[in-house]
Amino acid sequence: MPIIETKNLNLFYDKFHALIDVNIAIKEKGITAIIGPSGCGKSTLLRTFNRMNDLIEGVAMTGEILVGSENILGPGIDLVGLRKKVGMVFQRPNPFPLTIYENLVYGLKVHHMITSRDELGGLVEESLKAVLLWDKLKDRLYASALSLSLEEKQRLCIARTLAVKPDIILMDEPCSALDPIATLKIEETARELKKDYTIVIVTHNMQQAARISDDVGFMLLGRLVEFGKTGDVFNRPQDKKTEEYITGRYG
Amino acid sequence: MRWNNLISVAAKEKIAFGALFFITLFILAPVVVVLWIIFKNGISAINWEFLTAMPKEGMRAGGIFPAIVGTLYLVVGATVCSLPLGILAAIYLSEYAKENALTRLINLAIVNLSGVPSVVYGLFGFSLFVVFLKFGASIVAGSLTLAIMNLPVIITSTRESLKAVPDYFREVGLSLGASRWQTVRHAVLPFALPGILTGTILSIARAAGETAPILFTVAAFYIPHLPHSVFDQAMALPYHLYIIATQIPNIPNSYRYGTALVLILMVLLMNLVAIIIRSKFRRKYKW
Repeated sequence: MPIIETKNLNLFYDKFHALIDVNIAIKEKGITAIIGPSGCGKSTLLRTFNRMNDLIEGVAMTGEILVGSENILGPGIDLVGLRKKVGMVFQRPNPFPLTIYENLVYGLKVHHMITSRDELGGLVEESLKAVLLWDKLKDRLYASALSLSLEEKQRLCIARTLAVKPDIILMDEPCSALDPIATLKIEETARELKKDYTIVIVTHNMQQAARISDDVGFMLLGRLVEFGKTGDVFNRPQDKKTEEYITGRYG
Repeated sequence: MRWNNLISVAAKEKIAFGALFFITLFILAPVVVVLWIIFKNGISAINWEFLTAMPKEGMRAGGIFPAIVGTLYLVVGATVCSLPLGILAAIYLSEYAKENALTRLINLAIVNLSGVPSVVYGLFGFSLFVVFLKFGASIVAGSLTLAIMNLPVIITSTRESLKAVPDYFREVGLSLGASRWQTVRHAVLPFALPGILTGTILSIARAAGETAPILFTVAAFYIPHLPHSVFDQAMALPYHLYIIATQIPNIPNSYRYGTALVLILMVLLMNLVAIIIRSKFRRKYKW
């Protein structure tokens, strides 16, 4: 039973056909990577899962996106509830210019989830532990989040997402602003997290997809060209285009 | 061989930069000259009595205290009225409103508003606040008139600084399930504040210096006491300067320049406060 499934998903930015008949089924508690050259629609696809594309004027979608078993393109969908269930980590580490603590409880306050200080403290600890930052930051929770290194900021952003207790975490090229060592640490964090969460990651770093994902989808010009187990796609690609891409012929 | 081949590219670049540098200096020159003349001729008038006493002998002696206080009231009043209104309008226009005929009309209105001559604001304020709303010539009427004059500057600068905040800041807020307002409040506005303050600085300087908008709405030729309430008339520095420069003979020249100097220093001082606040925010909220 996939946790996210799209059925004949088409997306238009005004007249531009950005996603064409995408059918993808994402398994629970694993890492699914989406790869492809720039402009292929991979970020657009990712952003349909929490309806972040709605922010862009002139966007229109047809088809179905089932998250859990609910069609999030259906009428009357509760976007706040959806975004609480489907968290997102962005390309650039972007903590709020607040303290580390305030960053982590931001989502909880927004959702009026928790009131007592103890509970907040517990969640802060839990979220920071999940991204392996607790030992380092427990004594400076009230320092500005902007004082952290890029990598720590990104992990804080992941923790901020975790604090709202999502089921799914979308990562939109989370390492593209980071150096290789920081990238490995984020990947380690992702591997740790997949025990409890479903992770969908968009990356144009093929090695990264090969390293961390269980399933991988290859996109080209708005179509999902190939989707399958990471080992299969990288070792025995079915489609010629996929093969050319992963062997570095273009992209 | 053509002559320009004789000069190397590096030399040409040096000449061009040199020319640009001197043009920039040239812009500086009038500012320095104006400040210097006012300072040189006005500094002798400035003493404790000049700053804190009432005018005497038909304003030929004594001080300019009521005009200083009046200008302070007007600037504070105008800022208090225009800042929230302008910022909220800008937030609506840049964060909520969709691009359509109405918003285009509003844009047009704002652009036009900023092109209206200040004396027209004065007449508008007179007919709306003084006559129609029966505030009389008063600090309220003057402040509101100045506030309306400042609105386009504040709205435009606020919109520009909101626009400069990258979209991914908004995305984080929304991706965490925050509402639009929560997102604007926490993830957008703090970053736009330095730019908003720049607009505020400009409008403060204008409110302090304009004569025409206060001419019919608040400014008094001479009042022997400080205003008792916001519904009183008040003296103001720019109008006072106009009077002593053109209407009253036999005033020592240093009094005129001294008044101008005080006005300039007041504007600089208020700007300085805003600049300090701005740099504080810039340090805290840089990305």
